[in-house]
Amino acid sequence: MSFKVRSTGRLTWVLGLMVALGTAACGSVSDAPSTSGSSSTESSGGGLSASLSGAGASFPAPLYQRWFSEYNKENSGVQVSYQSVGSGAGVEQYLAGTVDFGASDAPIKDEERKKFSDKYQAEPIQVPMTSGSVVFAFKLDGVDDLKLSREDYCGIVEGKIKTWDDPAIKKANPDVTLPSKPISWVHRSDGSGTTFLFTTHIEAACPGWSAGSGKSVEWPVGTGAKGNEGIAAQIQQTDGAIGYVEFAYAKENGISMAAIENKSGKIIAPTPESAALAFQGETVPEDFALVIPDTANPEAYPIVGLTWLLLYPSYEDANKVQALKAVVDWSLGDGQAFAEELGYIPLEEGLIARVKEKVAALGG
Amino acid sequence: MDALSDKANQPSQPQLAQNRDFSWFVNRVFYVMTAVSAASIALILFWITFQLFRTALPAIQEFGFQFLVTTRWNPVENLYGMLPQIYGTVVSAMLALLMAVPLGVGVAIFLSEDFLPIQIRTPIAFMIELLAAIPSVVYGLWGIFVLVPTILPVLGWFHENLGWIPLFSSSPQTRAMLPTAMVLAVMISPIIISLSRDTLVSLPPQLRAGSLALGATRWETILKVLLPAGLSGIIGSVMLALGRALGETMAAAMLIGNANQIKSSILAPASTIASLIANQFAEATGLQVASLLYAALILMVITLAVNMLAEVIINRFQQVE
Repeated sequence: MSFKVRSTGRLTWVLGLMVALGTAACGSVSDAPSTSGSSSTESSGGGLSASLSGAGASFPAPLYQRWFSEYNKENSGVQVSYQSVGSGAGVEQYLAGTVDFGASDAPIKDEERKKFSDKYQAEPIQVPMTSGSVVFAFKLDGVDDLKLSREDYCGIVEGKIKTWDDPAIKKANPDVTLPSKPISWVHRSDGSGTTFLFTTHIEAACPGWSAGSGKSVEWPVGTGAKGNEGIAAQIQQTDGAIGYVEFAYAKENGISMAAIENKSGKIIAPTPESAALAFQGETVPEDFALVIPDTANPEAYPIVGLTWLLLYPSYEDANKVQALKAVVDWSLGDGQAFAEELGYIPLEEGLIARVKEKVAALGG
Repeated sequence: MDALSDKANQPSQPQLAQNRDFSWFVNRVFYVMTAVSAASIALILFWITFQLFRTALPAIQEFGFQFLVTTRWNPVENLYGMLPQIYGTVVSAMLALLMAVPLGVGVAIFLSEDFLPIQIRTPIAFMIELLAAIPSVVYGLWGIFVLVPTILPVLGWFHENLGWIPLFSSSPQTRAMLPTAMVLAVMISPIIISLSRDTLVSLPPQLRAGSLALGATRWETILKVLLPAGLSGIIGSVMLALGRALGETMAAAMLIGNANQIKSSILAPASTIASLIANQFAEATGLQVASLLYAALILMVITLAVNMLAEVIINRFQQVE
């Protein structure tokens, strides 16, 4: 026993050493082209060479990772790594300056803005990259199409409606035979941008909701599962379960989604088209911090939100800023096809133009 | 010149002294090295505790001991209390022990006796050690996809027929206290088994021989002589296992349901300190981070208390011997 412990210790040392050496080697390899690259950039035209690292929100992570790997296929000189560590950690790292860009599902807060301008003597730059919607995913044997009125889904998240054959749910689904099973509500247990989007809407839509909105809140009922995958696993296992996941995730995994009533009283099924309508006619402010808790558009699906990249106003490395501009430009151009494919909602043309303009103005 | 060849064979006086000096030096270096190693462990522990305390300080100042007895965990209003998590941690670990101790000690007795030939016992012992090498995330997944679907109908029967007992008073959920405790029990039993078995095997053979010579049966020998004699080792193993169960993070976070509530029913979801931290740390800011680390500090204190209790118990029983 004791021998085993000792040998594991030695192994850890060796591994640690190897990792340390490996990182050092990688560091020097990736540094080399970026120091000598500035002259070659101009000579070869589009042949940029830089490695960028970013961290943050998990909500857009599948799309970002797809974008960056697709971009790398076309421009092998540009390596972008993205760690989906969560919006909170993304903002922290962005403020600390340990990444080239951050990513967040919530617009930057005033206190964070102040921290940033104290440290860098400049305003932080946030630009929306894509948007998504959050849906009610459920499993109820014998029921495929479920409609939920405001009264229904507010009652479920507040814990007032406890069984599936509640008169309020029956009223919204006259053609469906609902079983008398208990409703088991599933929410995220980890802090998450998805929860932020969801609770922002619930706070606006449900008069009886008292838990507020945020990346994690105090849920009155239900069980918590970690990550979209945890929610999905729990819903698929439990007959009578309902929870919230991002649309892209539910679509990918073939989970049933409920159609819900919007502000105008219409029941709307979640689709990329109906969610995109929520952004129509909204004016995006100068700092792009647009939050739509409950859209007034009568045809739109109501639980939607933008997700942002956090950029620095200027970068020391001219290669980096050029690569960053090129990646953002490509993502908002050719990359939009991947957004639709993965179930995200592409931004409007006008907004894309504004974002490109903002990013083009970054200093090198 | 003759003297030279002599010297080659027999070390002279000053050379001996030199050798002595050298070995004294090596001893000294060895002693210092081990002392530094020992001190660094203590230093790391103090450092971690100090850092935890320092980061947790805003929460300690804000909530004080109220933190231990209030039940709200509300990041929106920045109100934190962790009674449900303390309750969940202690109850899940105790339930796990309740299952793992009889199982573990039973297996340890079986493996230390000669019921089976050694060729069969050794692979069994090896498999048990392998059980300890499985990562906890795999245990968590096994719990979600294998254990829970299997036991759910049984738990449903318990609820329907024994629902009047508070333990089974809620309808069984797929994420709940009982499945968590069962997985924890599987995770900690290898510790109990291998350490208890080592203890039982290393007992002096005279004990067994004497007991049998006095006319005791095998069961009497095991229950009245061997187990009491090995008690300190067995309790030590149980306490180590308890420490692991209290601090287990991944499997608990995946299985327990992370619900901020105290329910008498073990079929209802709950929450543990470690699962709370694992869930919320990544996205926490400000007072929430401080509160999470305050919770970590409390978990450390609980674990420390368990270990100290173990020491006391072991000393007690060793004196009885």
